[in-house]
Amino acid sequence: MYLVKIIKLALVSGAIFIGVHAFAQDDNNKAVVMGNFQLDGQYYLEDSAISAVVPEETMALSGFGNILYRKGKFTAGMRFETYLPAPVGYPAGASWSGTGIGYRFAQYSDDLFDITVGNFYEQFGNGMIMRTWEDRGLGVDYMLDGVRLKVRPSDWSEITAIYGKQRFNFDNGTQFVSDDLGQGIVRGINADFDLNSLLDSIVALPGQLSIGGSFVSKFQNNNSARYDFPENVGAGSARLKYNIGGFQFSGEYTWIGENPSAQNAQIVNIPDSLDPSVGLWATGKGVNLNGTYSTRGFGVSITASSLSNMAFQSQREAGAFDSWINYLPPTSVLQTYLLSQLYPYATQPNGEVAYRGDLFYNFKRNTTLGGRYGMKLELSYTQVNSPNIAELNDLGTSRNGAKIDLFDPGDEIYFSDFNAKLTKKFSKKFKGILFYQNIVYNNDVILGAYDYDNVPTKGTVYSDLFVFEGNVKINKKNNIRFEAQALFTNQHLQDWVAGLVEYTVSPHWFFTVIDQWNYGNGDGDDFHFPSVSWGYIKNSSRISVTYGRQRAGVFCVGGICRVVPASNGLSISITSSF
Amino acid sequence: MKLSSTLTLLFSLFIIIGCAQDPVPKVVVKDLKGKSINTTDLSNGGKPMIINFWATWCAPCKRELNTIAEVYPDWQEETGVKLIAVSIDDARSQSRVLPYVNGSSWDYEVYLDTNQDFKRAMGVNNVPHTFLVNGEGRIVWQHNNYSPGDEDELYEQILSLIE
Repeated sequence: MYLVKIIKLALVSGAIFIGVHAFAQDDNNKAVVMGNFQLDGQYYLEDSAISAVVPEETMALSGFGNILYRKGKFTAGMRFETYLPAPVGYPAGASWSGTGIGYRFAQYSDDLFDITVGNFYEQFGNGMIMRTWEDRGLGVDYMLDGVRLKVRPSDWSEITAIYGKQRFNFDNGTQFVSDDLGQGIVRGINADFDLNSLLDSIVALPGQLSIGGSFVSKFQNNNSARYDFPENVGAGSARLKYNIGGFQFSGEYTWIGENPSAQNAQIVNIPDSLDPSVGLWATGKGVNLNGTYSTRGFGVSITASSLSNMAFQSQREAGAFDSWINYLPPTSVLQTYLLSQLYPYATQPNGEVAYRGDLFYNFKRNTTLGGRYGMKLELSYTQVNSPNIAELNDLGTSRNGAKIDLFDPGDEIYFSDFNAKLTKKFSKKFKGILFYQNIVYNNDVILGAYDYDNVPTKGTVYSDLFVFEGNVKINKKNNIRFEAQALFTNQHLQDWVAGLVEYTVSPHWFFTVIDQWNYGNGDGDDFHFPSVSWGYIKNSSRISVTYGRQRAGVFCVGGICRVVPASNGLSISITSSF
Repeated sequence: MKLSSTLTLLFSLFIIIGCAQDPVPKVVVKDLKGKSINTTDLSNGGKPMIINFWATWCAPCKRELNTIAEVYPDWQEETGVKLIAVSIDDARSQSRVLPYVNGSSWDYEVYLDTNQDFKRAMGVNNVPHTFLVNGEGRIVWQHNNYSPGDEDELYEQILSLIE
């Protein structure tokens, strides 16, 4: 009996092997292996002046390697991860430790079907009700483990269905949200239609119009004896995008059913809490609208966004960085200058009203302002206000709540950012950039500004930043880039200056020296943040070494901003793709 | 013990490196008007093609693409090369891509890789990351990072393909 089974198995595997082998002769079906890896090592030094954090191990090593195997319509992939331990900047809530397989999947994809089993990342529309994503460098990974099916019945439609359990943390392997933590089951369906192709034979639409919609729901047991928490919470979205001439309009409306959770302050900590501050349950709403006009050399964009109770996580009790199903990015623009990262905005999912306008203009060559090589202007303004909060009371109990309507702003400014950037090439050798940024930062709400004892600053911070960046091309391969920055504020840590010099030899070497000096803060000599970096690049591999002091800062990815503690020491990073 | 096994695995990954000439994997990206495009359909009619991963928040990426923009008409004329710029901007900054691209007078073919599916499939760690694809659709060269002058190296590689 067993013998028969073994022979059958051998015959089948032999046939598969021969089949695969025969297949491999065809060049287009050749098996392909691709992937990448990253390894980050840190050695931490004590530095009490800036409350630097030193882990028990004094060293940290984190890394990952992705391997993707492809053959014809079949793909399989896995990611090996290691945190021995994770760097000090990783989120404190969920644990990141040990070594193991963090991600694996198998996928079959042809022109009609695309089926994935195992782990996957997916986004519906703008992600306002569903986006599972990763940012390995920052310890963000919201992937699902389950099944995803995509069907493309025609060139004008795509339908996606997902069903999975969400990743929670890592402990010698991915930890999914466990049953006692509330299952973390997420399922959803999404459809997108290209109306031009659909109506092709009936009517010729002016412009291009596409529409889409999704429904997502999560499941978590209710273990509370006191509250009748909804076990299934649904969310929906409808969107459209329309292009005509140089114009583009896009909009998405979303809603979430009654979703009492710790993050939306509708429950406090534990399901059986007797705390009277447990709020009334409310539904969530969110809108994002954008209009742009652009033509060669000119572009404008206007964005309006408003949220009310939009926190959507797969666990009711989840912390601020854990188990997010949706993605609510800040409306503000991410800037990369060192000192402009002191005050980044973080989305307030419970309620905000936000507007942004951007302008891009290219002054042509050989005009008065453009000069010989042209000049670029970028302007951007963001303002985020509190929502108008109408307080509600449930007289039958002591529970409180609030009613927040979309685009009904309150009196408080959460954040504003005006910035302007001029880029001009003066000669073949020299290019300069002038940058100005004014930020109003309500730290009572955003909670991103801390002093050197790690105490959050009270009130609103008003800052002005001036940057001059220059680029000197010495010859074909050698280049020096420098930045001089000054930030003025009467709040938080007071005034700063910063300087950066980067010397590069294309295509292999870079060498950077930085100092950020918080001279306005009392005993300024204590608050220099010098660092030096060296790096070598060869094709798709890169190694860099940095030694120095890093100031505490806020790392923002998407809707999430995390305060990363100050540190001092040596770090090495290696990345490679193959 | 754990550390050594980690290093062994990473080292063995290193050994796999070198199997170049891979075709571009099949993923769906969107064009700037919102239409879905299959990445295996990206082509340049038998001529070389550059695939560059960038983002509006990435300063070196913009330096690279703005520098190449100045010489791009010459490159196209001399080699017939096409540059495909894949933006990994997510919902936060995606609405800035179209006005930025037009405002900068770029003539590239631009696609959106909102949830980084294409980036993951191509094994990209961080941006900018540039791939050179030959006329048969095979990846023949890649480079991570940008320093002024790197565009000359890229052009040498393109020239070596059309000889």
